[in-house]
Amino acid sequence: MLLISCPWCGQRDESEFTCGGEAHILRPADPDALSDPEWADYLFMRTNPKGRHRERWCHTHGCGRWFNMERDTATHDIVSVYRMGEAPPDDRDGNSS
Amino acid sequence: MTSQPYRLAEGGVIDRTRPLTFSFNGRRLTGYSGDTLASALLANGVHLVGRSFKYHRPRGILTAGTEEPNALVQLEAGNRSIPNLRATRIELYNGLSAASVNCWPGVRFDAGALIDAVHRLVPAGFYYKTFMWPQGGWHVYERLIRRMAGMGRAPEGADPDRYERTNAHCDVLIIGAGPAGLAAAVTAGRSGASVILADERGQPGGSLPDVASDGDVTGTSWLGDTIAELQSMTNVRMFTRTTVTGYFDHNFLIAVERVTDHLGPGAPAHLPRQRLWRIRTSRVVLATGALERPLVFANNDRPGVMLAGSARAYVNRFAVLPGRRAVVVTNNDSAYEAALDLHRNGVEIAAVADLRAVPVGPAAEAAAAAGLNILRGHAVVDTNGRRRVQAVHVAGIGLDGSLTGPVRALHCDLVLMSGGWSPAVHLFSQSGGKLRYDEMLGAFLPDGSRQHVLCAGAMNGVAETASCIVQGQDAGKGDVPAASEPTASTVDAHWPIPARNRSGEVRQFVDFQNDVTAADISLAVSEGYQSVEHLKRYTTLGMGTDQGKTGNVPGIAILAGSLGVPLPAVGTTTFRPPYDPVTFGAIAGRDVGPLADPVRQTPMHAWHAETGAVFEDVGQWKRPFYYPLASETKHDAVARECMAVRRAAGIMDATTLGKIVLSGPDAVRFLNRVYTNAWGGLEVGRCRYGLMLGEDGMVLDDGVTARLAEDRFLMTTTTGNASRVLAWLEEWLQTEWPELDVYLTSVTEQFATVALAGPKARAILTGLTSDIDVSAEAFPFMSWRGGHVAGFPARVFRISYSGELAYEISVPARHGLELWAVLLRSGPDYAVTPFGTEAMHVLRAEKGYLMVGQETDGTVTPIDLGMQWILSTKKDFIGRRSLARSAMLDPLRKRLVGLRTEDPELVLPEGAQILPTAPSGPPETMIGHVTSSYWSGALRRSIALALVKGGRDRESATVHVPLEGRTARAEICDPRFYDPEGLRLHG
Amino acid sequence: MTRYSIFRLARNALAYRPNWPRAWRSPDPRPAYDVVIVGGGGHGLATAYYLAKEHGVSNIAVLEKGWLGGGNTGRNTTIIRSNYLWDESAHLYEKALQLYEGLSRELNFNIMLSQRGVLNLAHNEHDLKEMSRRVRAIRLNGIDSEMLDPQGVKAEVPVINISRQVRYPILGASLQRRGGVARHDAVAWGFARAADARGVDIVQNCEVTGLDVVNSRVRGLRTSRGTIAARKVGLVAAGHSSVLAAMAGLRLPIESHPLQAMVSEPIKPVLNSVVMSNTVHVYLSQSDKGELVIGAGIDGYNSYAQRGSFQIIEGQMGALLELFPSFSRLRMLRQWGGIVDVCPDASPIVGKTPVEGLYINCGWGTGGFKATPGSGWAFAHTIAQDRPHALNAPFTLERFSTGALIDEHGAAAVAH
Repeated sequence: MLLISCPWCGQRDESEFTCGGEAHILRPADPDALSDPEWADYLFMRTNPKGRHRERWCHTHGCGRWFNMERDTATHDIVSVYRMGEAPPDDRDGNSS
Repeated sequence: MTSQPYRLAEGGVIDRTRPLTFSFNGRRLTGYSGDTLASALLANGVHLVGRSFKYHRPRGILTAGTEEPNALVQLEAGNRSIPNLRATRIELYNGLSAASVNCWPGVRFDAGALIDAVHRLVPAGFYYKTFMWPQGGWHVYERLIRRMAGMGRAPEGADPDRYERTNAHCDVLIIGAGPAGLAAAVTAGRSGASVILADERGQPGGSLPDVASDGDVTGTSWLGDTIAELQSMTNVRMFTRTTVTGYFDHNFLIAVERVTDHLGPGAPAHLPRQRLWRIRTSRVVLATGALERPLVFANNDRPGVMLAGSARAYVNRFAVLPGRRAVVVTNNDSAYEAALDLHRNGVEIAAVADLRAVPVGPAAEAAAAAGLNILRGHAVVDTNGRRRVQAVHVAGIGLDGSLTGPVRALHCDLVLMSGGWSPAVHLFSQSGGKLRYDEMLGAFLPDGSRQHVLCAGAMNGVAETASCIVQGQDAGKGDVPAASEPTASTVDAHWPIPARNRSGEVRQFVDFQNDVTAADISLAVSEGYQSVEHLKRYTTLGMGTDQGKTGNVPGIAILAGSLGVPLPAVGTTTFRPPYDPVTFGAIAGRDVGPLADPVRQTPMHAWHAETGAVFEDVGQWKRPFYYPLASETKHDAVARECMAVRRAAGIMDATTLGKIVLSGPDAVRFLNRVYTNAWGGLEVGRCRYGLMLGEDGMVLDDGVTARLAEDRFLMTTTTGNASRVLAWLEEWLQTEWPELDVYLTSVTEQFATVALAGPKARAILTGLTSDIDVSAEAFPFMSWRGGHVAGFPARVFRISYSGELAYEISVPARHGLELWAVLLRSGPDYAVTPFGTEAMHVLRAEKGYLMVGQETDGTVTPIDLGMQWILSTKKDFIGRRSLARSAMLDPLRKRLVGLRTEDPELVLPEGAQILPTAPSGPPETMIGHVTSSYWSGALRRSIALALVKGGRDRESATVHVPLEGRTARAEICDPRFYDPEGLRLHG
Repeated sequence: MTRYSIFRLARNALAYRPNWPRAWRSPDPRPAYDVVIVGGGGHGLATAYYLAKEHGVSNIAVLEKGWLGGGNTGRNTTIIRSNYLWDESAHLYEKALQLYEGLSRELNFNIMLSQRGVLNLAHNEHDLKEMSRRVRAIRLNGIDSEMLDPQGVKAEVPVINISRQVRYPILGASLQRRGGVARHDAVAWGFARAADARGVDIVQNCEVTGLDVVNSRVRGLRTSRGTIAARKVGLVAAGHSSVLAAMAGLRLPIESHPLQAMVSEPIKPVLNSVVMSNTVHVYLSQSDKGELVIGAGIDGYNSYAQRGSFQIIEGQMGALLELFPSFSRLRMLRQWGGIVDVCPDASPIVGKTPVEGLYINCGWGTGGFKATPGSGWAFAHTIAQDRPHALNAPFTLERFSTGALIDEHGAAAVAH
C-alpha cells in the first residue's frame, strides 16, 4: 500500500486516495478542429509507460484536492508530488522509496 | 497408564503445576501449560500425526515451528473448527480437541494409502498426460480426485468469533524477538524511537529456550534483563503471538495477532479472536532467524524422522524426549549440538553420520569428547518402519557423492537430520530485497534491499548468540550490521543423498506435504520443465500450506544438479505473501455482516419501515420500493400507488437524490460546460432539466438544476450517481478549469425531500403554506419558491417526474419525518398515498421519460434517446465532439422507442431481446432490447420502452420478442404513452 | 511428438526410470522467421499453434521474456465462460469455449477443463434486470445460460448464504453450465508442446528490446538474444502491450493495472461451481487441489510491478464472507498479482496496426484466460491472411476513433 504525500495534508495511506490516470492531458481548446483519430488520441490513448509516470491523484477521503504525482510504475517509488497547475519538479534525480 | 512417558522430570519452560487434558483423534491425553500440541503429543509418545497430501503416507512431526509441513490437524469441531493447523504452532489449552486431516477412516489405517502402493503410476505431472479419454471425461475423474485431495474441512456454519483490524505507526518495526531482535529493540528504544517488536511466539526470546533449558545461553541474565528493560520503555510496544506476514510497498506490513487462540473456546468474549495489524513504519529490522532444512534420502519421511534443531527444541524448551535411541545425520555442525543435548538428557545416540569427511568445529569436537559414535563421511541412505521409524541404513559417502563401503542397519526410534539452515528471507524478499547465494552456507542471504529495511542475526547467516546481539544492536541504531563473517558452520550439500538400491522404487522426499521426490524433479527436468517456476508448477514443489519453507532450497539444489548448472543460476521462486497463512476473518475484520458496507437511510426511514415498505438497495441507500397493504402483491400495490397519483395525490421520499450547490460568479459558465444545454438565460427562481455526458458522448446523469441566486445553483443528480457526479464536477473544476470561480458543496444529507404529485397536489400544498403563492400563474412549472411548508422552512420546486402536477418540497433534514407525517395527514379530503420507487418508475415510463441506468447503460447518447433538443449548438460541452464521430452517426444505432404489445395484458420482461422477424433458431438477429416495461393502470394496458436499431424509423413496424416458450409481437411506437401534450403537469 | 497414451503411461510406470521425452525443445533463435510472436503466454502460444496448424506457416518463433506462461496465463483465476452481452463478444468467447471443449484431445495434453458451471450473482433490482437482459441475449446467440432464483442458487452452491438479512442479499443468478475452470499452466504447456511439435521455435529468456520499422513496415526485432528478421510480427504480451507498441511508435488506449488473486489452504471439496459477483467484487472457485481460488477487482493505479495493495484483498475478503460466512476461519495461503491491459470498453484489441506486418492482440483486461484458444485462432487467421477474421473484425484499434466500442462494462451505473 502506497504512502502518499498529499501536498495539502501530508503523508497518508493510499486508501484515502483515488488515482485519476495520466496527468497533463489537456482538453483540446477547439475539439471541432480535430479529426476523429486526433480526438481519440485525447480521449483514449495513453502513454502507459513502464517507469516514471506522471499521473493525477485525488485525496478523496481527505481534503478532496486533486494533485499530480510522478511515480515509477515498475517499482511504485514516488518521485514527487506537486499541485495542480505546477510544473513537474525539475529535479529528476530525487528518489523516495 | 503412564502419563507423558517421554516427559523429562525437570527443565523446559512448561509449567508443570498446570496440567492440561486434551484429545487427539479421540484419545484423551495430558500435557502442560506451555506445551504446543506437537510437544504434548511427543510427550505421550505420539509420532504418527498425519497423512501426506498425495500418497497418504504416514507422517510425524518434522519441526517445532511455523515451517511444519507434516503435522496438520483439524482443531476443534463445529462452527469453531479450523482446518490444516500445524500441531507445532497450536498452544495447548485445557480441553483442546484435534484430529488428523486427510485420512479415512483414521490416521493409522487410511484407505487413501492405496495410492502409495501404486505410486509409480502417478509421478509428477501424470495428470497432464491422462484422463483425456473420452472428451469431457475429466469432469468425471475430477470428482474422485477432488475427494482425495484437499486437507481439512471448512466449518459448516458462520464463524461465531469476531476479528479486528487495527492500524499502527512506528519509527522502527522489529520482527523477531530472538537475541538479534531484542538487542535491536533495546538499542532503538534507548534512542527514543517509537518501536514495535513483534514475535510469533507466546514469549520473547526467540530460539534461546530451544537451545538451552534455562533459556539463556549467554551465561548471564541477559534475556531477562533485556525483556525487563523493554517493558519499562513507554516508547516500545511488544507484540507476542503476532506474526508479521506480509511486507508491501512503502514499508507497509501486515501482522496477525492471535489474541485468544491460545485460550481456546473459553476465551473472554470481549476479546477478538485475532487482530490484523496494519503497520506503517519508517524502518524495519528483520531478525526472523533461520529455518533448518531436511536432508533428502530414501524414505526420509517416516514418523520419527525429525529436524535436529527441532528435536533439540523439544528437549530443551518442552522437556520432551522425541525418542529413546537416535541416529543423527547431518551435513553441518549444528546437529552436534542437538545430539549433545539429547545425549545429556538420556537419549542414546546410536551414531552421528556426518556427510562431511572432515567435520570441524567446537560442537563436533565436544560430541567426540562426549564419546558419541561419529561416522565421518557417512550418510543415512534409507529407513525402515511403517508408522514409526525403526531403523536406518548407513553407508559411506565419497566426496563425489557416491556411496562407498557396506550398508549397515542401525536400530533407532528417532532420526535427527540437518541439511543446514536457510535464513528466513521471506519478508525481506517480499519487500523487494535481492538475495545472493552463499556457497559456504549453502543458503540464500539478504543482499541489496529496496526499502528501508535492515537484517540482523541468523537471517544473515550468523549463528552465535553473541554475534546476533551485536548485529541487532547495529540494526537498532539504524546501521547496516557489520558484515561479521557468517558463523553458521559450512555445509557439504548432498542433494539428494544417493539411495542404496537403484530399483526406481526409491523415494527421497523433498516437499513432504506434497510428496515431491527427487525423482519427480529429475523427471520434470527431463521433460523440459526447467525453469524453477515450471518445476514448482509441474511438480507442486513448495505449493503446500508450508509454502516450501523446509524443502525449497533442497529442491532448487536438485534442479540445479539435474541441469548441471550452479545453484544461483536457477534462482528462487518468488516469495509471495503471506509468510504464514492468514485467517480470512482477520483480513475482513469488522467489515462483515451489517458493517460490510454503510447503510444510508433517509429521515423518513423509520416511517417506511413501520409501514411495512419493501425496500430496494440503490447504491448504499435503502429506498421504499412499494408499500403493500395487508395482502397486496407487488403488482397490486404498485398499481394502487400509481392510480392514487394519477387520480388524487401521492408522496414519495425523494431525499436520496443527490443535491449539489454550485456557487460563484462562474457557475453559469461551468454549467454550460458540463450540461449539454444552455444555462445563461435561466432566471433566479426558475429550474431547468439538464443532461450530463461523459467525454465519450455517453449519457452520464441527468437532473433538474434550480437557480437559487445570481451566483448560486442547486443541482440534483440521480441517487446512485450522486457521489460520482460530484467527483466528476470537482475533477473538471480542479484539473481542467481551475480558473473558474465556482465552489461545489454536497447538501444531499442536509435536506429531506418529498415529492408531492397528483392533480390534488396544489390544493394540498395550499393548505400547508401561508407564504408561498402556489397558484399556477404565480408558481409556474419549472420554477421554485422559498417559504414555509407546514411551518418548516422549505424550498418548493415545481417539477415533475410523473407527468402530474407535482412539487418537490425540501426541508432541513431534521424536519423530514414531520413533514412526511403532515403531508399524510393532509387528507382525508385528498387521500394522500405514499408511493415507492416502482410506482415512480411506472409513472415516468408512461410519460416516456428516461431513467438513467435503465434506458442508459454507458453506451447510449442523447441522440439515441431522441433528445437532440437538449444539445446546444451554440457552445461546446463535455462529450459534444464525441457525438460527431462516424459510428455515432450510424442510422442503425439503437434508439429509444415505445413498444405496444399486441396482447395488451402482456407485460414484457425487462431485458427481453427484440427480433425483426420471428425467431428461426440461434444465433438470432437481435435489434434491441426492452429497457422498461410495466403495467399501466392509467392506460389499462402494458407499456414498454426499448432501444431498437433504427429507432423511430421503424415506427409502426411489428417486432418479435422471444419469451419463455413463446414469442410475443409488439408494435414500435412513440415512447410518450400518457398525456403526450403535457397538459397535466402544466395544469 | 510422442503421444501421451494409456499404453505409454503404463510402460513408463513399469520402467526402471520413466522415459518421457521433452515437452518442447529449447532452441536458440534463428536469424529470420516468417512470423515472430512476441509473448509466450497462452495467447501467443495458441497463435503460433494455429498459424502452423490452420495456415501452414512453418517458420515461426515465439519469443518469451521469461518463462512460458509466466505472465497472466499463470496468474489468473482460471475461469472460462462465454456469457457475454454483446454479439461480437459472445461469438468470440464462444469460439474460445468450443475450442476449449476439444482442447485436451486436440493438444494431447490434459488441460483439465472442468465445466462445473459459472454463476453470476444479482444483488439488487438493477442487477436482476441486467441479468435478464444478458441471459436472453446470450441464449438467442445460441449459448447456454439460465436464470436462477435464490433457491436455485442454493441448490447449485449449498454453502452460499441466501439470507435476505445481509447487506447485499442474493436475489438471483445467471448460470452458464458449460462454463468452468481449466488448469492454466496446462493450457500454456499444452499449446507449447503442440506448437513445438509443428516446428515452432519457442525461445524463452528472450526479451524484445526494439522493433525495426522501416517506411511503416516491420522488418524485424532486436532482442536480448540478438537481432531477428521477421516478415510479420504479432505482439501478444498482455501487461506490456503499451511498452511494445511504443517500440513501433504506436499509442494504445490501454493502461496496465495490477490484478490480484489469492488462494486459501486446500480443504476438502466444499464448492463445486464458479461463483462471481460484480456488485460486491469477488469471484471464486475451488481448485482440484482443494484451494479456494479468489479474485477481486483491479488496483486503481498503473503498474508493471506484479503486485498490488493490500486494501484490495481486505475489500475482497469482506465481500467473500458476506456470501460464504462459513469460510471465515479458512486461511489465505498465497497471494499474488498480475498486470492486466485495461481497455476503455473492457474489450480486447485483436487485429492489424498502422504498421504493415505488425499485428496486435491485447487489452483483454481481467478476462483473457477464457479467450485463449479463440484469441489465438482468430489472431493466427489475421496474421496469415493479413486481414481479420469475422470473429475479431469488430475488435480493431480503429474503433476508438470511430466510436464503435464494444462496451462490456455494460450498465455500470446504478441510478434513479
